[in-house]
Amino acid sequence: MKCNNEVIELMHQYLDGDITGNDEEALRSHLRSCEACQTHFRELKRTVALITTNVDLQPSADFTNKVMAQLPKEKKRSTVRRWVRIHPLVTAAAIFFILMSSSLLSFWNQDHQLSYPKGMNLVVENDTVIVPEGVTIENDLEIKNGNIKINGEVKGDVVIINGENLTASAGSVAGEIEQVDQMFGWLWYKLKNLTEEVFSFDE
Amino acid sequence: MIEKKIAKSIKLVKKGDQSAFEDIVEHFQGKVFAICFRMVGNKHEAEDIAQEAFIRAYINIQSYDENRKFSTWLYRIATNLAIDRMRKKKPDYYLDAEIQGADGLNLYAQIPDDGVLPEDEVESLETQSYIQKEIMELPAKYRSIIALRFIDELSLKEISEILEIPVGTVKTRIHRGREALRKKLRHV
Repeated sequence: MKCNNEVIELMHQYLDGDITGNDEEALRSHLRSCEACQTHFRELKRTVALITTNVDLQPSADFTNKVMAQLPKEKKRSTVRRWVRIHPLVTAAAIFFILMSSSLLSFWNQDHQLSYPKGMNLVVENDTVIVPEGVTIENDLEIKNGNIKINGEVKGDVVIINGENLTASAGSVAGEIEQVDQMFGWLWYKLKNLTEEVFSFDE
Repeated sequence: MIEKKIAKSIKLVKKGDQSAFEDIVEHFQGKVFAICFRMVGNKHEAEDIAQEAFIRAYINIQSYDENRKFSTWLYRIATNLAIDRMRKKKPDYYLDAEIQGADGLNLYAQIPDDGVLPEDEVESLETQSYIQKEIMELPAKYRSIIALRFIDELSLKEISEILEIPVGTVKTRIHRGREALRKKLRHV
């Protein structure tokens, strides 16, 4: 074999890992006997080493942040979806809370009118509900947006929402009298009631 | 292990999860930047192109075929951008015309080797910038191949896919590029 382009071609094939077994053997035996080709081959290998070992070629430290900041805005849908995936419990709780409070709130906003149970022989004067003397209410009594005056008798509890108890000493209530003035108090009362109902159903 | 994680991140990005793209950038930034740097020879510009490449990859992620190698696809975007940039900068010239000279060499050879400064690090930085300078002397089509071949040690077939040229051409260009650099770098 002569020191021509053919040998050099074999060197390149060898460096590319693209050489056949026979060719590699031929190259080796030639290199053993030819100093010029040995030098050439060594220089090629060194060149490869020089241009390969370049680990200090690194972009700036904030490269990733810069790229992320330039990306087009993500669709909202997927932001929500990812959030739901990461925090399923929190999401469920949040949705429950939103639904609960909105239904209660709309309930609260709906009626600012005086409301009281009908058909119990109750008398209404302006915004005051009166339990007349001699009348006995067997159940609980709930009055919204009005005052109450009990001259007769109530066997259950009395709840006054947004109103006052104007009862004279003559009247009597067997259960508790509860007065709810603030919206949050009212909400609390509703939730408490709901819980009580749920537990009484359980029993 | 890492490949699996990257594949998973790619799936998430395809589904619209932008934050998963961060892993991908983190993982490939070094290689993409180095390839761009080898091609344009300027850190600032290389970083610019590398960023652009990642942004384009994100925008076009739906067109990436998961059965193929992601790096091949990403490097193609990066090299195309770098080639465009080089075209705009200066005209190509031919390798054969360039071979005889070792112009830049003298300047470096004249630096006295008095043992005051030459700490290994400084020396290697200097060597590296000299090597890059010599690579920049090569025509663009050789630079892109040398970048791909010697930074991520890609196979000839992968390079031919990235640059969309036949394997035979890749081979020839690697051989010529390596030969040209041998002449330029043998005194380093």
